[in-house]
Amino acid sequence: MTTFLSQNVERLQAPEIDYGAVAPLLIVLGAACLSVLFEAFLPKVQRWAAQVVLTLLTLAAAGAGLVVYASGEGTPEQGKLTLAGTIAVDRPVIFLWGTLLLLGLGAVLLIADRSVEPGGAFVADASILPGQGSQVYKGSGSTMVQTRAHATRFGMQTEVFPLTLFALGGMMVFVAANDLLTMFIALEVLSLPLYLMCGLARRRRLLSQEAAVKYFLLGAFASAFFLYGVALLYGYAGSVKLADIANATTATDRSDTLLYAGFGLLVVGLLFKASVGPFHAWTPDVYQGSPTPVTAFMAACTKVAAFGGILRVLYGAFERSSWEWNGVLWGVAIASMVIGAVLGLTQTDVKRMIAYSSVAHAGFLLIGAISLNDQGLSGTMFYLMAYGFTTIAAFGIVSLVRNGDGEATHLSQWAGLAKRSPVVAGVFTFLLLALAGLPLTSGFVGKFVVFAAAVEAGMVPLVVIALVASAVAAFFYLRVIVLMYFSEPAPDGPTVSVPGAFTTVAITLGAAITLVLGVYPSFALDWAGAGTFIF
Amino acid sequence: MSWTLIALLLLPLAGSLVVAFLRGNDRLAKTVALAFSLAELVLAVLAWTAFDPGGDRLQLTSSAEWIPAFGVHLSFGVDGIALVMIALIAFLVPVVIGGSWADKLPEGRSAGGFFALLLAMQTGMVGVFAATDVFVFYVFFEAVLVPMYFLIGRFGGPNRQYAAMKFFLYSLLGGLIMLASVIGLYVVSADKIGQGTFDWATLVTVTRELPLSTQIWLFLGFFVAFAIKAPLVPLHTWLPDAGAEAPVGAGVLLVGILDKIGTFGFLRYCLPLFPAASKELAPLVLILAVVGILYGSLLAVGQSDMKRFVAYTSIAHFGFIALGIFAFSSQAGTGAVLYMVNHGISTGMLFLVVGMVMARGGSRLIEDYGGMAKLTPVLGGLFFVAGLSSLALPGTNSFVSEFLVLIGSYPNEPVYTILAAIGMVLAALYVLWLYQRVFQGPVRGTALIDAVGGPGAAVDPERASVPDLNKRELAVLAPLVALILVLGFYPKPVLDVITPSVGATLSEVGVADPVAQEGK
Repeated sequence: MTTFLSQNVERLQAPEIDYGAVAPLLIVLGAACLSVLFEAFLPKVQRWAAQVVLTLLTLAAAGAGLVVYASGEGTPEQGKLTLAGTIAVDRPVIFLWGTLLLLGLGAVLLIADRSVEPGGAFVADASILPGQGSQVYKGSGSTMVQTRAHATRFGMQTEVFPLTLFALGGMMVFVAANDLLTMFIALEVLSLPLYLMCGLARRRRLLSQEAAVKYFLLGAFASAFFLYGVALLYGYAGSVKLADIANATTATDRSDTLLYAGFGLLVVGLLFKASVGPFHAWTPDVYQGSPTPVTAFMAACTKVAAFGGILRVLYGAFERSSWEWNGVLWGVAIASMVIGAVLGLTQTDVKRMIAYSSVAHAGFLLIGAISLNDQGLSGTMFYLMAYGFTTIAAFGIVSLVRNGDGEATHLSQWAGLAKRSPVVAGVFTFLLLALAGLPLTSGFVGKFVVFAAAVEAGMVPLVVIALVASAVAAFFYLRVIVLMYFSEPAPDGPTVSVPGAFTTVAITLGAAITLVLGVYPSFALDWAGAGTFIF
Repeated sequence: MSWTLIALLLLPLAGSLVVAFLRGNDRLAKTVALAFSLAELVLAVLAWTAFDPGGDRLQLTSSAEWIPAFGVHLSFGVDGIALVMIALIAFLVPVVIGGSWADKLPEGRSAGGFFALLLAMQTGMVGVFAATDVFVFYVFFEAVLVPMYFLIGRFGGPNRQYAAMKFFLYSLLGGLIMLASVIGLYVVSADKIGQGTFDWATLVTVTRELPLSTQIWLFLGFFVAFAIKAPLVPLHTWLPDAGAEAPVGAGVLLVGILDKIGTFGFLRYCLPLFPAASKELAPLVLILAVVGILYGSLLAVGQSDMKRFVAYTSIAHFGFIALGIFAFSSQAGTGAVLYMVNHGISTGMLFLVVGMVMARGGSRLIEDYGGMAKLTPVLGGLFFVAGLSSLALPGTNSFVSEFLVLIGSYPNEPVYTILAAIGMVLAALYVLWLYQRVFQGPVRGTALIDAVGGPGAAVDPERASVPDLNKRELAVLAPLVALILVLGFYPKPVLDVITPSVGATLSEVGVADPVAQEGK
């Protein structure tokens, strides 16, 4: 017995860890744990301030760690594998981590804001039940009562900060995962906090909780698909490592059925997270029901993480079998663009409209991802960055337009907004034009690089369909501009809140980057194209 | 490195920003806008004098790296064709500002916003004609839509939302289809010379070697975008709506300049980049051109709305321009470019006088007017001049260009030319009939009857409440009339600038033109 144990001890070598490379990851996840302790031990009145400071410091420290590592002397140019080969820190991962941290910063600023909605966009206590009316919940005995006084006194459910950090940490692992099992763990770490955060809206509790349940149920199914796909691929290749699967696809003596079935199931799980049509069904409901800062976080960061994962899997494991699956993903990309553009036309709620726009954008991104060349990789990553910042700023503005019942998201309520608030309408117009892909915005450069990569890969028909879909999608962006500028305001229309410092910074950050990436995209294109994946 | 074009680009942009901040003070905003546009005109004259017609193909060039990852350069330069268009822009914008000086804006809109958008559009338009990098051209091509969209949508007529949306979506769709070809150019050049580029002069040498099928696909991408802009039937339906709903000043720039981007695009991009495809598809374009001439003319005859009338006459005129370009002779090509300038002047003036009629009667409908010449003889006379220029009466500017297009096209394309000539007859019909209905005969029509004080009232021009042109309006129209006459009798200065560039364009298509060679 003792010999058996000692033998084992000898064999078990601790994996080598490059702490410099994974420092951003450790900082974010470590701070998430610390943040949970804050929740447990700090008195309720101090929590908000402490959490905001901790979260912002965490993001800054992680960003600093990333910059130090990326520009450090001893950093291998092509990147390196660490943690026993489960995590790859290469140039694309560094780019995606940087993007995630910056987008996370924007989202956290929106989450932390307490001035637009007094007390913040989150419910004071998650156990408050949906009741009649939208503001005051009456109850007796042990049922929670939310009154204005209660809300102001207790502010928001500050657990949202650790949840955000955990989700962000999960996303960072997700894009760097070098085997499918690590990827699955990361998928769960990023998903579970998001399910909870969806249900925390202060207003319209029922809608918010419905969104959370819907996202959870569908997300659980998608995770199951993913896991089943991993199992089949393990059966096919005898390994869950991306590089081993890639090697296996070059051999001829294995069961193609396992490969196709495993790949299909795996990709369904990934496409679900990226809200690519026809796996998008959750997107409009969840975007609409979630608190707007969480929607911004999901729309920007989850999209980056999911497509980071898709890129990694396609390039790492399935590049050599691409002719087997290319046709299917063509179809998926077309379906996504058509669904997003056409159903977006019929929407009357601004959050649902942006949700369908995100489905259409997911189709464009998928075109870049399946180009499978260097331009496709860097173009898709650039597009992710551009889209993320535009979306964060757009949702920041959505959170400002309010009436007595909270956010006024119905499009008819936006009529004549330019007269009431020219600056907000102007910035939102700019963001919509960026989503539509007009020149001098980041949206145009993003579309250009992705479509150029696709033409290079010989996918001209797909690009033509994508361009027509862009033109269709432009219609619903323009419709909002028409409403804001060319219509007369309704007499009892919404007011535009004066944003607090946090929201102002977030919107400014998003809009400024949208402009800079549109006018002078070179530096970001260089970063995105600095290197390729290692496996 | 020449700074002239860069100054031409930046000056209106600066003006736009300044004017945008003067929204509280309408009068100051207008004055500043006019000052900027006049300074731009001076700059354009300097550019004209600096241009050497016998010199290089592209002059006043400047270039700076923009997006090295894609070989995009901020490159500008002009040939004779682009130069006359930029001069036309610089001439029309102050005229438009003067013409829109006293416009009644919709409630809640400020003059500062209107003029800021006009100046912003000027930058975009100059950029389209001055860009020598296809990517930069595309950026300006799309960017110029935004100010026009707001001009129509915010300051236009009753149906402005619909018109603005239609205008934007049509142009955007065309632009996106062109984007496919722009990307195609990049990929093709990366294939052929190793490094992808958007430089026009380099691309010309690359793309002419492409097989015909590739050329045709790339050609079609550009062609659809330009045919929507120009507009050729059947892609024209946005123009009557946009032209009718746009405020008069924006309408002048819309048909006077913006639509010329299409015909300019044929000359600058379709022909030199894809010579084989241009020749292959020329019959298609010629058919569309002739259909446009006849269809536009017939619909102009039938219009009951004066602004839509102007829009349909433009569709007919664009048919002539397209005919001249795709007839592949240097006379017809020169005529087409001169036509682009003349159409800007004569249709611009027609739009302005229609606006002045509307400012007095408050209606766009022809049936609401009649016998107006008795009340406003000077306006009637100038309306007549604009009409004559539009129907290409000898002695007016349009005659020279229309004549050049027809005699230049006849040797190569006799059938199409004869059909096009029918358009000249129809032009006389629609112009004279409109003039007759609005200005001749006894004073009638609800718009005028209301203005002079009820039916049967004795018309006393001195006391009528329909005033004739004031000094501002005269000052706006005077330079237009002067140009109509000068270019009608002495078009040589403009032709001298145009001819070498048209010759170079046609030699890029590989057309050996007997007339031009004999001339030399």
